[in-house]
Amino acid sequence: MNWFTKTFTSSIGRKIIMSLTGLFLCTFLVVHLIGNFQLFKNDDGVAFNVYSHFMGHNPIIRTIEWGLVLGFGFHIYEALMLTTRNKSARSHKYDQFHAEQNSEWTSRNMGILGSIILIFLLVHLYNFFWRARFGTLDPDINKNDDLYKLVVSSFHQWWYVLLYVAAQASLGYHLWHGFRSGFQTLGLNHRKYMPLIKNFGYAFAVIVSAGFASMPLYFFFFTNEKGALLSDMPAVLHQLTLAFN
Amino acid sequence: MAGSNPNAKPMNLTLRVWRQPNRQTEGRIVDYKVKDISPEMSFLEMLDVLNEDLLHQGQDPVAFDHDCREGICGSCDLFINGRSHGPEKGTTTCQLHMRKFKDGDTITIEPWRANSFPVNKDLSVDRSAFDRIIQAGGYVSVNTGGAPDGNEIPIPKDIADRAFEAATCIGCGACVAACKNASAMLFVSAKVSQLALLPQGQVERATRVENMVAQMDIEGFGACTNIGSCAAECPVGISLENIAILNREFLTAKAASNNLA
Amino acid sequence: MELLSKAPEGPLAEKWDKHKFNVKLVNPANKRKYDVIVVGTGLAGAAAAASLAELGYNVKAFTYHDSPRRAHSIAAQGGINAAKNYQNDGDSVFRLFYDTIKGGDYRAREANVYRLAQVSVNIIDQCVAQGVPFAREYGGLLANRSFGGAQVSRTFYARGQTGQQLLLGAYSALSRQVAYGKVKLYTRSELLDVVVVDGQARGIVTRNLVTGEVQTHASHAVVLATGGYGNVFYLSTNAMYCNATAAWRAHKKGAYFANPCFTQIHPTCIPVSGDYQSKLTLMSESLRNDGRVWVPKTVELAERVRKGEVKPQDIGEDDRDYFLERKYPAFGNLVPRDVASRNAKQMCDEKRGVGASGLAVYLDFADVIKRTSAEAVSQKYGNLFEMYEKITDEDPYKQPMRIYPAVHYTMGGLWVDYNLQTTVPGLYATGECNFSDHGANRLGASALMQGLADGYFVIPSTIGDYLAATPPKPVTTDHPAFAEAKAGVQARTEQLLSINGNKTPDEFHKALGHIMWEYCGMARNAEGLKYAKAEIQKIKKEFWTNVKVVGSNDEMNQALEKASRVADFIELGELMVDDALNRNESCGGHFREEYQTPEGEALRDDEHYAYVAAWEYMGENQPERLNKEELTFENVKLTQRSYK
Repeated sequence: MNWFTKTFTSSIGRKIIMSLTGLFLCTFLVVHLIGNFQLFKNDDGVAFNVYSHFMGHNPIIRTIEWGLVLGFGFHIYEALMLTTRNKSARSHKYDQFHAEQNSEWTSRNMGILGSIILIFLLVHLYNFFWRARFGTLDPDINKNDDLYKLVVSSFHQWWYVLLYVAAQASLGYHLWHGFRSGFQTLGLNHRKYMPLIKNFGYAFAVIVSAGFASMPLYFFFFTNEKGALLSDMPAVLHQLTLAFN
Repeated sequence: MAGSNPNAKPMNLTLRVWRQPNRQTEGRIVDYKVKDISPEMSFLEMLDVLNEDLLHQGQDPVAFDHDCREGICGSCDLFINGRSHGPEKGTTTCQLHMRKFKDGDTITIEPWRANSFPVNKDLSVDRSAFDRIIQAGGYVSVNTGGAPDGNEIPIPKDIADRAFEAATCIGCGACVAACKNASAMLFVSAKVSQLALLPQGQVERATRVENMVAQMDIEGFGACTNIGSCAAECPVGISLENIAILNREFLTAKAASNNLA
Repeated sequence: MELLSKAPEGPLAEKWDKHKFNVKLVNPANKRKYDVIVVGTGLAGAAAAASLAELGYNVKAFTYHDSPRRAHSIAAQGGINAAKNYQNDGDSVFRLFYDTIKGGDYRAREANVYRLAQVSVNIIDQCVAQGVPFAREYGGLLANRSFGGAQVSRTFYARGQTGQQLLLGAYSALSRQVAYGKVKLYTRSELLDVVVVDGQARGIVTRNLVTGEVQTHASHAVVLATGGYGNVFYLSTNAMYCNATAAWRAHKKGAYFANPCFTQIHPTCIPVSGDYQSKLTLMSESLRNDGRVWVPKTVELAERVRKGEVKPQDIGEDDRDYFLERKYPAFGNLVPRDVASRNAKQMCDEKRGVGASGLAVYLDFADVIKRTSAEAVSQKYGNLFEMYEKITDEDPYKQPMRIYPAVHYTMGGLWVDYNLQTTVPGLYATGECNFSDHGANRLGASALMQGLADGYFVIPSTIGDYLAATPPKPVTTDHPAFAEAKAGVQARTEQLLSINGNKTPDEFHKALGHIMWEYCGMARNAEGLKYAKAEIQKIKKEFWTNVKVVGSNDEMNQALEKASRVADFIELGELMVDDALNRNESCGGHFREEYQTPEGEALRDDEHYAYVAAWEYMGENQPERLNKEELTFENVKLTQRSYK
């Protein structure tokens, strides 16, 4: 092995890849979330479909997409490698092991949280990405693929909403530990800045996961089968959604 | 004889102790009863009572490592009720006192569990992996004799203090034992940070971290996933910041050193 | 045999340089042809092993610990002295020499002590270069504090963990040589005999503490760095594994044992809390800078305190006896260790002791807290107060600490000449295991200094003198002396395992410790010592017929280890009593009640006892023969210590 592969197959090297890919995926989450907020526009999905058309056809985005695939790929691959290594570092388990008394639950269960997110991701990709890219969707009034319609109909299935919300909770917990952990792994822990990074990470985790979870919940509870706002929803909520639009 | 506290009531306890004759033979947990344990006793003195009883009965006493019983040598290493060195924060097993337990308690005592720390017998484990990591680079290469005057290189007080804090690691292995991944990162980072902070450590800064991390991996310790159990259970309070320093040192060394191997 | 100190002639300040020039040197190319065994990896051992390996010798280092980093040097809190005079307060090599000689009550060899003071400055430089994080001033220079009643600030420290940091420095130097292959490290290996071939030390016999395997190792020279024998007393501030076995086996193979009765009792330890007590914990001497020592004035009041009816903080000033301040107005609470210890014992003997056992006196911080603040006190002593509270569950900010003296250090040890060679050629002793430079009493912050001086700077220079005269031929364990020594070790182990009596090794150890503490402890008298000798002989007899050890040799067997060590403690205890009985004077840590001034202070007899008592082993159950090395003082004037 040369120095490069040695570096990135070492225990710290693998962690560095985890952290770099993890933080890269965080930036993806931000872009994805902001774009998807267009779902809330009460315009029959016109804006959202323009946005998704752009994302599906712009050559720069299409190139970055491959980076995203690699990001996920490495993140998952390194997670598997590290987990295997870590499991084999203690083959004889303790009779009593009370890590809950000295650490946070999320930090010890990143693998489980990640796996839930992965399952979600596969369902999510199949349902939206795959069908948008390789399937045939009805055109909307602008002749764009009407992905909006698919989203709305999906979000009216209770099990789909439940999966989404559960996955977003997992993502929240994953980020709760992962964001700060990414900085720690890169060596960016300084007594001056760490409190900021930590609190920003907590806020990031809550906002991102709540933001994504709000979409299926919005459609399930507050819109009809076509995505139009229900008129019989409580007055306060109605005001709120209108104000948002 | 009464203790310093005349009101301290003696306790009866059930101990669940890991017994294993040697490295090759599989062990098991055995239950023992101990009576009239004074709350003033240290945890190891309580085990002394058990061992004296066992010896009188012609049974093999429980082997465990201990020495200074002042919390500084790092010999004692018991995993008590699922925690490194037991329930009290910032405390080695030898400084844990029985007043932290209640009459009638059941206490489970296990050895440190990590493949890199094989069991010698009962509760005694082999921590020579730590020595080999230090041998890989945890030093400044200066022979006896040629050192310049101690005051030749001033060191800012806060740097000296931080180096000292990292240097207080007692090498007990509680970090490895408490870590879900059996990672030795806190131990390694304490030494790397100490020497990376001090001017004396600069010359070998890059090779040190490269070699120590390589040895850490060879020994089979797990990787750090930033859980924080290690620092929470460290009896001398080595902070997680050291692990960040280690990561940083490793990354910069790998990126910039002339070592192509 | 005449004891030749080999201290060079000439002016004091030139002796060491002159000696280094006069000793024979080993050709650099030949050094790799010599094997040296170093036993013990504390400050003295690790420093010696590393430095000898750096020179090119092949070193084998042995420790009974699982790692060289665990030796009890690690527990030293206070600091390390060095005559750097960084503080510009009038310190010098000569002053450190003078303080050490005087503090030792004029029972140490001048030339050795001067050399110690000389190399002390190099130790600090060496440790700083290794990355030892000493305390620093804001300007980045090394900080000093005054310690142990010294009038200059010459103590270097790393918070309350100086011993730890120095040991880790030596350990790192040793680790480096292990990595280079120049030191072969044997952990969990206990020395059980020294092998002497044709009158020269040629190797050792060890037992692997995990597998029980008994091994022999050959070398051209053997360096012992195996620490002191304070655990003869059962309860001491020594670590649990500290033992006298290596020194005692060497003694039985011909090394004289010097001044065994010189033991140091430290006044500020946490008192015994019960029969189960396994060891005592020292609280740094620095506490006496601010704490005031007292007991209740009357026996009646003390009795009520012991029963828990009265709390110490509720006792009025008029009912307190600040006995050190009363008896020694000039030094007050800062009198030397031996004086403070003896006075505390006296108060307890008068039944004015406190705590449930009555074996404690108060060390009170109420005044300093009132004068400054709790925070200010915490700044200085926070970690010590915390440790005290952890052990006793009492808050020293609110109620006075209870303290009592405990055995701490042994000034006696194997007799060595100026080269640190014992009376067995090729066998060296360094650090606390030699009879050392501390005379009859050691000053604070001097133990670390001596261990490192011996290891880093003395032995590497002096061992060559012996090796250069030894042919550089490979050594093997083929000589029958090795097989014989190994068989002896095995036979003894089998004997211990076969007795299968009723008492555990710990019970014998406790019985011995009780006798030693009562009759050969802080104060001794001829009658008590004679009684103690008879009792120890009884213990020895019973030990070899009634000790209980289970299991076998071929496994990790901690009861067997303990039994073997206790057997040696018993024999050494008897020699300590013999030595105390022989020394009809009071000096330093040795206080004979028959020899005191009208004020109750130690009364030295320089005319008859200004000598090192070096005891020669004469065979099983034979009285040991006393050899004397007369001490001559050319550079200091012998005076009586006074702290009034």
